[in-house]
Amino acid sequence: MFSNDSPIYLQLFQKLALDIVTGKYKAGEKIPSVRELSSIYKVNPNTVQKALNELEGVDLIYTERTNGKFVTSNKKKIDSYLQKMAKDKTVFYLNDMKNLGYSYKEIISIIERIK
Amino acid sequence: MLLEIKNVCKKYGKKEILKDINLSLPSGKIIGLLGKNGSGKTTLIKLINGLLSLDKGEILIDGNKVGVESKKIISYLPERNYLNVHKSVKDIIDYFGDFYENFDKDKAYKLLDNLDIKVGDKLSTMSKGMREKVELALVMSRKAKLYILDEPMGGVDPATRDYILDTILNNFNEGASILMSTHMISDIERVLDEVIFINDGKITRYDEADKLRKNSGKSIDEIFREDFKC
Repeated sequence: MFSNDSPIYLQLFQKLALDIVTGKYKAGEKIPSVRELSSIYKVNPNTVQKALNELEGVDLIYTERTNGKFVTSNKKKIDSYLQKMAKDKTVFYLNDMKNLGYSYKEIISIIERIK
Repeated sequence: MLLEIKNVCKKYGKKEILKDINLSLPSGKIIGLLGKNGSGKTTLIKLINGLLSLDKGEILIDGNKVGVESKKIISYLPERNYLNVHKSVKDIIDYFGDFYENFDKDKAYKLLDNLDIKVGDKLSTMSKGMREKVELALVMSRKAKLYILDEPMGGVDPATRDYILDTILNNFNEGASILMSTHMISDIERVLDEVIFINDGKITRYDEADKLRKNSGKSIDEIFREDFKC
C-alpha cells in the first residue's frame, strides 16, 4: 500500500485527502477512528494521528471533542482542495514534459491526440 | 522517559560487546532496534531484562533498576523458543496467569482463537511459525508498559510476518512502548515510529523513521544498507 522511501504519514495524508475530495468520505461525515485507520492501513496509530493532524491543518477535517473526527461540511473547502490537487498534478506533468524537451503547444497536441 | 540506558558497557571475556550505550526511550512508541548479526542487539535486550549483568553504567525502566519491579512492567519475547514444548497451550496459559499479575487470560484465548489453535494441542505438534505466533500472543496478552520483542519474525514466512505485525499493531496500547529488534527491516519499517541503529556495540543513529525518510528520500532499509555496507 505504502512505499517505504517517503514519510508514511504523508502518504496516508494524501490517500485520505483523495478519499475526501473524491467523496468516499462525504462532507460532514465521520471518518474512522485512529484505531480503525491503523488497522485498515496497517500502520502505527501514531502515524495515523500525524496524517490526521495534516488533514486538519488543511481544513479537510475537524475534531469534535469527544465524538471523533469529521470531514468539513464546507464543500467549498473540499472543492478548492480538489482543484489544488489537480493543479499540482498538472504542474508535475508539465515539468516532466518540459524536461523531455516538449513545448506547451506540442504537449497540448499530444493530449488532443490521446483524448 | 520509560527506558533510560546510561553509559552501558558489556564485555564477554575480553571482547567488548556494548561500548558506552546511551539511550532514552519514551512511552507510546514502536521503536525498532536495528543492527546486523552480532551488533549487540540481543545483549542489550538481555541486559534490560536482567538476564545478563552490567559491567558498567545504569539501566532504569520507568525509574526502576532492573529487578522484580522492572520485570513486572516488561513483557519480553526472547529470540529463542523458551516454552516447554511438551505442555499444552492451556497449561502454558495457566502458567502465565499464575506467574504474571498483569496477564489477561481472556485476551490470550481470544488471540489464539484467531489462530485456529486448539488449546489442548501441545507446542511440540506445531510448526515453528505457529509456535512463534503462540509465544507472541502470550507476550502481547500481558498489560505491560514496555514490550521487548527480540527478532519476533525470525525465520517465518511472509504471511506469518504479516500476522505478527498485525498482532503487534492491534495490541499496541497507548502509554506502552514496543522495542523490537530485527535485521529484516523492510518488513517492519512501516510500523515503526523511531529507529535505533546499532553497529559493533555502538548506537549510530536514533531518530524518527519518517524524519529519516523525509531527509534522505530513502527507506530505512536503504539507509541501513548504506550505513553498514560490508
